[in-house]
Amino acid sequence: MTDAGRLIPRDRTAHPDPYDPGYKTSVLRSPNQALLSMESTPTEEWGPTFGHDQLGPLDNNLILNWTKGEAPAVGERILVHGHVLDELGKPVPHTLVEVWQANAGGRYRHHKDTYFAPLDPNFGGCGRTITDENGYYQFMTIKPGAYPWPNRGNDWRPAHIHYSIFGHSFGQRLISQMYFEGDPLMRYCPIFHTVKDRGQLDSLVAPLDMTMSRPLDYLTYKFDIVLRGRRQTMFENKPEGL
Amino acid sequence: MVQPLTRLRETPSQTAGPYVHIGLMPTYAGNPGSVEKEVGTSPITEAAKGERIEITGTVSDGTGWVLRDAMIESWQADAEGLYAGQEGADPGVPGFCRFGAHAETGLWTLSTIKPGTVKLPDGRVQAPHIALWIVARGINIGLMTRIYFEDEEEANAADPVLMRIEQRPRVETLLAKKTGDGAYRFDIRLQGEGETVFLDL
Repeated sequence: MTDAGRLIPRDRTAHPDPYDPGYKTSVLRSPNQALLSMESTPTEEWGPTFGHDQLGPLDNNLILNWTKGEAPAVGERILVHGHVLDELGKPVPHTLVEVWQANAGGRYRHHKDTYFAPLDPNFGGCGRTITDENGYYQFMTIKPGAYPWPNRGNDWRPAHIHYSIFGHSFGQRLISQMYFEGDPLMRYCPIFHTVKDRGQLDSLVAPLDMTMSRPLDYLTYKFDIVLRGRRQTMFENKPEGL
Repeated sequence: MVQPLTRLRETPSQTAGPYVHIGLMPTYAGNPGSVEKEVGTSPITEAAKGERIEITGTVSDGTGWVLRDAMIESWQADAEGLYAGQEGADPGVPGFCRFGAHAETGLWTLSTIKPGTVKLPDGRVQAPHIALWIVARGINIGLMTRIYFEDEEEANAADPVLMRIEQRPRVETLLAKKTGDGAYRFDIRLQGEGETVFLDL
């Protein structure tokens, strides 16, 4: 990054409200006080960078990476791909995209997950990749299963993959979840519905992408991600600005 | 009619959920070897210049209960106030770290160097601080805050972010308390009494 540039202020209406009683855990974990808003500073305008030297050859293949390629995970084989863009539509190249998910039965490889669907000995559920010069990324995985969770009496999470994206600055940091086109559980999920804007909800749902599916091998879902953008700097840094 | 605005909207945030660590801190989650090189294991290398410090604290909810399942990320400048990637920055300070609380005590620890003051383009100066980003089950969008240091009184008094806090007693929630030589304490309260100031920058 040579020209940091001010970040476009975050449009909080694009996001969930921190307090959403339908999602019970948010009740005690959401601040009561308003956030302190200010223009970004170098602290938010710079961020960590990660290179390919940090990645292993199977990091973007969740079907094979847990067994180091020895044996494939069980489940519906899918490719997930898309672009990371900013609000101005510019690609975000060379940025780290990390994903994690449950296995085909909806079970996470985590000691706190006690759901009785079994672990898959050949599936870990952790992957990552770096976008190319066009902001494009892809990874192979198995489609995660739905699972129950203790919220209201009978709440089930739709199938989803968790995403973590860095962008080029700490102020762009974003964690979200990708859902799958047509999953009826989305209608009932209080976490999905912490997002109130219909268009924004749609942006969390990956369409089936037959064009990029490979015959006799895997189906493909497409998921694009938008991060905060940066303003042009032509009139920046003038002393009369606050 | 007007021309259409062809802007995209930011992808909406979703909670990181209870299992965030299997994806982002696999060794901490009990899955070592998920990836060969984990990111953010330390904000500094041995070669880093500057005063070594250790900050310890907790994250608690609206009842005062200490969270065990949060993931915290920190981002800071080097001892001269430069961020990794900026010209002349200390190569020994990648500046980024991920950490979580101890499963029993709920305490987290950040071992790093004390950052320098950071210059803004307009000439103002930010007091030494470490940016934090907190995600967890129940947190719908990552919470941004900062650690400042109580022993930087002069710099804190001129810090643009701290100066913007109208209710002056709330400034205290962003100051790490010195507990010993190079040791600080910083507790984060998500809600209620003594609620930490969270930022939108």
